[in-house]
Amino acid sequence: MERLRKIWLFYYEGFRDMSSLGRTLWIVVLLKLFIMFAVLRVFFFRPALADCETDAEKSQAVIENLIK
Amino acid sequence: MLLTTLVDLSRWQFALTAMYHWLFVPLTLGLGFLIAFMETRYVMTGDEFWKRTTKFWMKLFAVNFAMGVATGIILEFEFGTNWSNYSWFVGDIFGAPLAIEGIFAFFMESTFFAVMYFGWNKVSKKAHLVSTWLTAIGTNLSAVWILIANSWMQYPVGMEFNPDTARSEMTDFWAVVSSPVAINKFLHSVTNGYVLASVFVIAVSSWFLLRKRETLLARKSIRVASVFGIISLAVLIGTGDGSAYNVAKVQPMKLAAMEGLYDGSEKAPLVAVGILNPDKDIVGEDGADEDPYLFEISFPNMLSFLATRQADGFVPGINDIIEGGYEFTDREGNTYIEPSFVEKKAMGTAAVTALADYQTAKQAGDTQAMAQAEAVLEQNFDYFGYHYIEEPEDLVPNVPLVFYAFHIMVALGMFFILLFVLYIVFEWKNLIVSDKHKWLLWLGIISLPLVYICSQSGWIVAEVGRQPWTIQNLLPVNAAVSGVEPGNVLTTLIIFAVLFTAMLVVEISIMLKQIKKGGE
Repeated sequence: MERLRKIWLFYYEGFRDMSSLGRTLWIVVLLKLFIMFAVLRVFFFRPALADCETDAEKSQAVIENLIK
Repeated sequence: MLLTTLVDLSRWQFALTAMYHWLFVPLTLGLGFLIAFMETRYVMTGDEFWKRTTKFWMKLFAVNFAMGVATGIILEFEFGTNWSNYSWFVGDIFGAPLAIEGIFAFFMESTFFAVMYFGWNKVSKKAHLVSTWLTAIGTNLSAVWILIANSWMQYPVGMEFNPDTARSEMTDFWAVVSSPVAINKFLHSVTNGYVLASVFVIAVSSWFLLRKRETLLARKSIRVASVFGIISLAVLIGTGDGSAYNVAKVQPMKLAAMEGLYDGSEKAPLVAVGILNPDKDIVGEDGADEDPYLFEISFPNMLSFLATRQADGFVPGINDIIEGGYEFTDREGNTYIEPSFVEKKAMGTAAVTALADYQTAKQAGDTQAMAQAEAVLEQNFDYFGYHYIEEPEDLVPNVPLVFYAFHIMVALGMFFILLFVLYIVFEWKNLIVSDKHKWLLWLGIISLPLVYICSQSGWIVAEVGRQPWTIQNLLPVNAAVSGVEPGNVLTTLIIFAVLFTAMLVVEISIMLKQIKKGGE
């Protein structure tokens, strides 16, 4: 338990005392992840096999593409 | 036409994303080790100068890491959306290395990266040093798995195709991991990162010396980087030779494109410098009789030696590969008469027809017909992808792009030998701070864009050179692509171009700001 507390404090103090460069980089990373997962993934990158519910259906869809 | 547009847009999008991702990866791979060396000096000597130097480069490492992190995830989005047939086809084999990579990336890098940045006054010197080394090793281990997956596409081994699921199943994990193509590609790619990082350190340090700032930090950094750079470059050149040998064995069309070699020969020369003749074309086309080069200087016998380890070995050209009929020894040492494109296409069509027959027999519950179809599929599977190749010219990658990228990469590689030697000599002879030798410092700064061009050229050779294949001989791009609307791909391509440009501007401005601040 003491070890977990120390780990928590390590990260907590690390983030709290972070330099302005560190904060800027975190903002850039979070913004980038937001654009990727909340915008691009949701609106533009729907998996092409998403309509197939099971692996068997996905297999069938790909086989049909390959043999047509 | 529509399919061509879709394939081309999807390829452009993938190429843009991969090249953008590769702007950040090599610096992370190499700078991690340079920082670790510097911190080792600090721990060994107790000299605070090395701590300050380590922290300065660590700051730039963080900027690069933050900008590059997660850019590779977009490639995985593209696999699922634009390349769904491919994703499904490779699933199990690609999935395992990428899952291992994810675990390494997450646990090793995030854990030790945090200790590296938050732990200066919280953990012991030695514990901090261990974290720095483990961060550097972790980033390189991540690269191992990605490059294993990439190498499998270039040289698919240790797998079996399941006609029930249309997926490749891993039958021999060790064969996939220890593939000579994978080992060589890993060493070649990471040492490329080490050379790039060394040039980065030299360029930044040269800027300090020109401004007469941070002289000691710059000179000591140049010492570390130039020695690390030249050792890495020696390995890079050795593995470059290994890459060319592997390409000759498993992707001879790529080698032919790298050299603009249309008609193969024994005692084949290696083009040192050359300009391709734009009118030259493959056999059966109008420009077939044209000379392949407008101008060229070649080393006699060198290509034969590079490709076969014999000065008089036969190296097939583009036309030979299309027409077949020559004796070829593959990577496993099997010698056979290479089939022509027409014969390979017939075998590919037999394999695809057998897959269709297998499905029909399965639906009818005819186990005997299933077994027969499976046997035909297995017999012809090595050329499965040729079914989708319409014409012989579709088998040929973009020769000028591959040829020039290859020669630019090699020429710049040679230039970096000279650069590292000059920096080592001038630094150790104390000439580097002399005003008479400012030209060297400017050369160091100019080398920074050149090393990125060199690094990107390497990927162009590797990835454009293997076109049209997503998986060598098994799945070309036109069969791998999803049936999505080209307009959607174009939209995301434009979004990426804008987003990536904006991110690059942000990264460069943050990086420049931190460099200008110097050590703190």
